Amino acid sequence: MGETKKTNPTETLLAQHSAPRKGADWAETLRNAARARVLGMGAATRRDEYWRYTNPAALNSAESPDVLILQLDETPVFDGVEKLLVTFVDGVYAPELSDDLSGENLEISMLGDALGTDIHWANDVFGKLEAAGQNPVPRPFAALNSALAGQGVVIRATGKVSKPVALRYCRENTTSDALIHHVIRVESGADLTVLENGAGASRLNTVMEVDVADGGSFHHLRAQGRDHTRLATTAIFARLGNESRFKSFTLTVNGRLTRNEVVIDIIGDNTKASVAGACLGDGDFLHDDTIFITHDAVNCESRQVFKKVLKNGATGVFQGKILVKPDAQKTDGYQISQGLLLDEDSNFLAKPELEIYADDVACSHGSTCGAVDENSLFYLMSRGVPRVQAQNMMILAFLDEAIQEIDDDFLAEDIRSRLQGWTERHSS
Amino acid sequence: MKMFEIKNLKASLEDEDKQILKGMNLKIGAGEVHAIMGPNGSGKSTMSYVASGKGGYVVDEGEVLLDGVDLLDMEPDERAAAGLFLAFQYPVEIPGVGNMTFLRTAVNSQRKMRGEEELNAAQFLKIVREKAKSLKVDADMLKRPVNVGFSGGEKKRNEILQMAMLEPKMCILDETDSGLDVDAMKLVSEGVNALRDGKRSFLVITHYQRLLDHIVPDVVHIMADGRIIKSGGPELALEVENNGYEGLMNEVA
Repeated sequence: MGETKKTNPTETLLAQHSAPRKGADWAETLRNAARARVLGMGAATRRDEYWRYTNPAALNSAESPDVLILQLDETPVFDGVEKLLVTFVDGVYAPELSDDLSGENLEISMLGDALGTDIHWANDVFGKLEAAGQNPVPRPFAALNSALAGQGVVIRATGKVSKPVALRYCRENTTSDALIHHVIRVESGADLTVLENGAGASRLNTVMEVDVADGGSFHHLRAQGRDHTRLATTAIFARLGNESRFKSFTLTVNGRLTRNEVVIDIIGDNTKASVAGACLGDGDFLHDDTIFITHDAVNCESRQVFKKVLKNGATGVFQGKILVKPDAQKTDGYQISQGLLLDEDSNFLAKPELEIYADDVACSHGSTCGAVDENSLFYLMSRGVPRVQAQNMMILAFLDEAIQEIDDDFLAEDIRSRLQGWTERHSS
Repeated sequence: MKMFEIKNLKASLEDEDKQILKGMNLKIGAGEVHAIMGPNGSGKSTMSYVASGKGGYVVDEGEVLLDGVDLLDMEPDERAAAGLFLAFQYPVEIPGVGNMTFLRTAVNSQRKMRGEEELNAAQFLKIVREKAKSLKVDADMLKRPVNVGFSGGEKKRNEILQMAMLEPKMCILDETDSGLDVDAMKLVSEGVNALRDGKRSFLVITHYQRLLDHIVPDVVHIMADGRIIKSGGPELALEVENNGYEGLMNEVA
């Protein structure tokens, strides 16, 4: 009889990636702690409460998929924006495709370099915000990333940074399996915008840890999914100080499997946070937003605004939680998640959660799912607008509440034009 | 051939086996203004929806002709491009779609369908500003999402602005006076009258004779139970105002 050897899924997960370049002792200690977290929590399975709607199998498997690279002749998103460009190809920093790593009020270096030196502020952020965000919901892919990522940027903003830092993820290898880990500190009164776009790898796992000090502002805009067949799992962990601002917006057009987690800890008073997404999926598409915002300070506001347009059997998932701790009085929490289903085959799966221990709070949540409103469609058509165009107008109108979360008008227009492009490509 | 003709139109609700229009006939010549009055449930609004192509109705029999062409096989947008316009009783609010964008898309869609050149932004803006001014539609209303947060009067003025921009041949006004105060009704009526050019035709659906003091019709029809039961001059509207529909209906029956 042959011996059957059972593979341990957690070991399979850790074996996906080789060890990165060794860092300084403090960094290796944090990496080892992350590795211990992965072993402790095990790989994600569909039995986990927060993986019920999304099958993690393709993210867990030993091999990344071999998928074709999309070649496009369209202008890439954020193209018209003046920016500091940092390019990664298959998860590896490509200096020849990047700008000089310098800017006013900006300290920026590569993760591999930073972890080899003693950057005292990074010591308090790298792997730490991720670790804090593992409770109460385990996030094994993020812990894996902290344990094994060797690539990413380390950014410290010390004042208003005039140009956004644009992280561009390119793909050249059809089977690349990449971990990218960014560590960001926005100092008191500083203001930083980070842009992200591109598929980056056949299977891409990114983590961004963002520490915003008192009075700091952080803006994040991301476009993903255009290269449909790649897999992506992302996590953002943010810690927000007094009177700070945090805004993150994600545009998703297509994408076979995308899991975006955002974990925000509001620890300073009078702070405002917003996480928003507009997502368009056609056919073999699963897009999952899993958000957890903890209010642990007084008089703070948080917003979650997610809109998903789905057709031809596409699936949209939203799991959004607001946790208000006992002393977080005067919390104003808003959460809306809406699915617009263009046919009867598509699915929108939503799980809004509120857990409130303070008594003087205003938290509202809404989740809806429906088809294009026939009355509105008829109204537009009765004025001469053809059905397809009328429906596209309705789709863009539906998504607009999420777009309005973007502060910068130019970037918002760029996003709108991408959405319009999708509706035109996918009209049928 | 009259400009607009409804011939023996029979139509039912799609969801229930209930016929609303039971053999309606109507002819409106170019440049004429007709009014339809009738008790609640007589099928006035249904007629306007069936003519303009709203879903939820099944045409059992009959024709709706504009310049001799049957509209019933066309999509709503094609009917609009052919020259039909329905001013809604309850204009629809569409959050997220700017009023100006909507108007321009509508005007250019129709022009495109008719093989005419589309208006560029500057040409469009010039025309819309001119027409909006006379209807007291201010810049803010043009910028806001379609009908969102508009008062009853603003919504109806917006309908007339669309009509003015689209320059249809045949306009159906479905209870345009409902929800309007005296001044708003006057303003809307002036807007409609400004569009009377001797060629464009109107069908005004109303419950009240009052509107017909402002928009004076050539012919008044009384509708009951899915068909026209009596037609006459403007004096017929006065008769309804004084005696109600009951007397008329008994007289016909």
